[in-house]
Amino acid sequence: MSSFLQDYTLRMVLGGVLALGIFSGALGSFAVLRRQSLLGDALSHAALPGIVLAFLLSGSRATGVLLLGAAIAGWLGTLAIRAMVRGRLTREDSALGIVLSVFFGLGLVLLTWAQRLPGAGKAGLDKFLFGQAATLVRSDVLLMCAIALPSLLLLVLFWKELKLLTFDAAYARALGLPVERVEALLTLLLVLAIVIGLQTVGVVLMSAMLIAPAAAARQWTDRLSRMVALAALAGALSGAGGVLLSSSAPRWPTGPAIVLCASLLVVASLLFAPHRGILWSWLRFRRNRRRLDEDLVLYHMLQMAQHHAGRLDHPHARRVIQSMTPRADVRPVLHSLEQAGWVRRREGDSWSLTSDGAERALSHRAERERPPS
Amino acid sequence: MQAHLEILAIAAVIAVACALPGTLLVLRRMALLSDAISHSILLGIVLAFFAQGGLDSPLVILGAAASGVLMVVLVEFLVRSRLVREDAAIGLVFPVLFSIAVILVSRHTGSIHLDVDAVLLGELAFAPFDRLEAGGADLGPRGLWIGTGILALNLAFLGLCYKELKLSTFDAGLAAVLGFMPGVLHYGLLSLVSLTCVGAFDAVGSILVVALMIAPPATARLLTERLGLLFALSAALAVAGALLGYGLAVFLDLNIAGSMATVLGLFFALTWLAAPREGWLARRALRRAQTRRLAGDLLVIHLLQHEGSPTERREARVIHMQEHLGWSPEFARGVLADALEEGHVTRMDGLLHLKPEGRQRAEKALVHI
Repeated sequence: MSSFLQDYTLRMVLGGVLALGIFSGALGSFAVLRRQSLLGDALSHAALPGIVLAFLLSGSRATGVLLLGAAIAGWLGTLAIRAMVRGRLTREDSALGIVLSVFFGLGLVLLTWAQRLPGAGKAGLDKFLFGQAATLVRSDVLLMCAIALPSLLLLVLFWKELKLLTFDAAYARALGLPVERVEALLTLLLVLAIVIGLQTVGVVLMSAMLIAPAAAARQWTDRLSRMVALAALAGALSGAGGVLLSSSAPRWPTGPAIVLCASLLVVASLLFAPHRGILWSWLRFRRNRRRLDEDLVLYHMLQMAQHHAGRLDHPHARRVIQSMTPRADVRPVLHSLEQAGWVRRREGDSWSLTSDGAERALSHRAERERPPS
Repeated sequence: MQAHLEILAIAAVIAVACALPGTLLVLRRMALLSDAISHSILLGIVLAFFAQGGLDSPLVILGAAASGVLMVVLVEFLVRSRLVREDAAIGLVFPVLFSIAVILVSRHTGSIHLDVDAVLLGELAFAPFDRLEAGGADLGPRGLWIGTGILALNLAFLGLCYKELKLSTFDAGLAAVLGFMPGVLHYGLLSLVSLTCVGAFDAVGSILVVALMIAPPATARLLTERLGLLFALSAALAVAGALLGYGLAVFLDLNIAGSMATVLGLFFALTWLAAPREGWLARRALRRAQTRRLAGDLLVIHLLQHEGSPTERREARVIHMQEHLGWSPEFARGVLADALEEGHVTRMDGLLHLKPEGRQRAEKALVHI
């Protein structure tokens, strides 16, 4: 492990993906909660022409210049989407689709243009399509941190406003909050999150870095602060996992490996998260159904007992109880009732209520037969 | 020349094949599913390459299309579980399938002849070299046959289910009540979208399929409200964009798919700006005309209020309109010019007087207000 961390490239890549994972996880939480998950997809594609134009205009291949171009193009993309949605005939999904594909197409056109320039080569620019984490150098990582840290600070400073906007924009407006400006801030932060991910995971997969950690974190908590923190953690974990995966075997592209790790976290969260997870709900469903069956069997036994001159401990054959409860197999139900001390097994396969069981059945019947209020 | 013509034919066929299901996607607000599907089919294509070494047989094309449908099924499963909302579900599923595909391609670059760039970005220029031959006879480029086949399927689906699609698009509830099985139509449509994406991928690449599917219908939507016309216009716009984009790409030596998408984007931008009724310019002109009209009403009402009253000498001065109604000088001049021209007011000694027509207008406007 220590020799592993001494490798310069690996250390840089790890630093870069941690910065990216933490920031995109935190920002992605807001995107997911505001149902704007796919905005990130559109904006990351929209950044491509900005990168190429920045290169064409400045002639420089410095990461800072290219990312500035990306940020400007991404911002123009959000403006285009807002302008389109304002008219009543273009819906948001179409607007996102158009910005995504047209900006990206323009980016490709510019890219072929740039590649024909003398000495341009394509190596510098097409890494932004799928990302090449291995090309990260110290200055890139510092730049990513320099974008991510102040942005996170802004997130903390405007926490209350962002939270209100996310959960009740109408109320925020009624309170006199400058909703448009807060929204613009959030979109700007989203664009920045995309920009710092472009070099590592590329325009095509960047949206997953926003959505997956947030969707995983959402399963574990109902509090925004915890969700943002967990999403940042999930982003960092998947970043580190992806880097380890891609460095441990040859020809494992880092970007897709990171996305795969993030998706595994999502699957695990969907399955195992307490309260919300699929496994949890299945167990709860089974428990509730068993409880319902128990009450039903007790109720039926009480009904039958009362036909026998009200002798509550009158034994009933299991087949009779079964025929009254066609929904479920009564054998396991009777056994768990016996364990609870509510029924007693009599000679043969017949059963009777205990006094506790009769009491419970009576109180349930009272509840059942109470007229609805 | 022959090669150019063949490429143009392929581009036109693919454009129409994309625009038809794309129109339904746009109307059903599922435009972004085309993006998700076009990414997801990469996995199917890669697996098909492993299985068959190419996309030659129709079975393999169907298999690749199945991965697009798989994406839709997974998204629906996630949405049903109510753990993730639809937008996030889409954004979760397609990157996974896409990532797996990219990893598979990278791990097996030696044994698999498939360039991710080409799948994403398309290589229409090479399409004429891939010929379909039967018994030694050259039947033309394979891409043209595949495109035509998919176009025919799309046309058949639309033709057979036009009524059902129309109803389920505009009133899904009623369609379900009438027994039109919106679910079957939904999956039928998305299966065709998948198939179209597979067919289009080597022409325009999987990302720009989205441009062909979404931009033409969204543009046409600004021009018409009739469904039949919408399909026709979308197809025409897609063909025009594809052909013009190809011409531009050849002329300037640019990426073909990118140039097509750019032209389609320009079409949309121009239409958004200048469409006769729904364009930005038209809507701005309408808003201005309405504002002027309302201001004219205010002017005659104002004059009516003060007509014959002691304050009339002050209130009916031309200059007073600006102050009292808070209008800018130009705006006030414009409103006044309208009112004079329409014969609703006259000007005497620097004062405005209502004519009978103006009085009528004021009374009518008062009732409306």
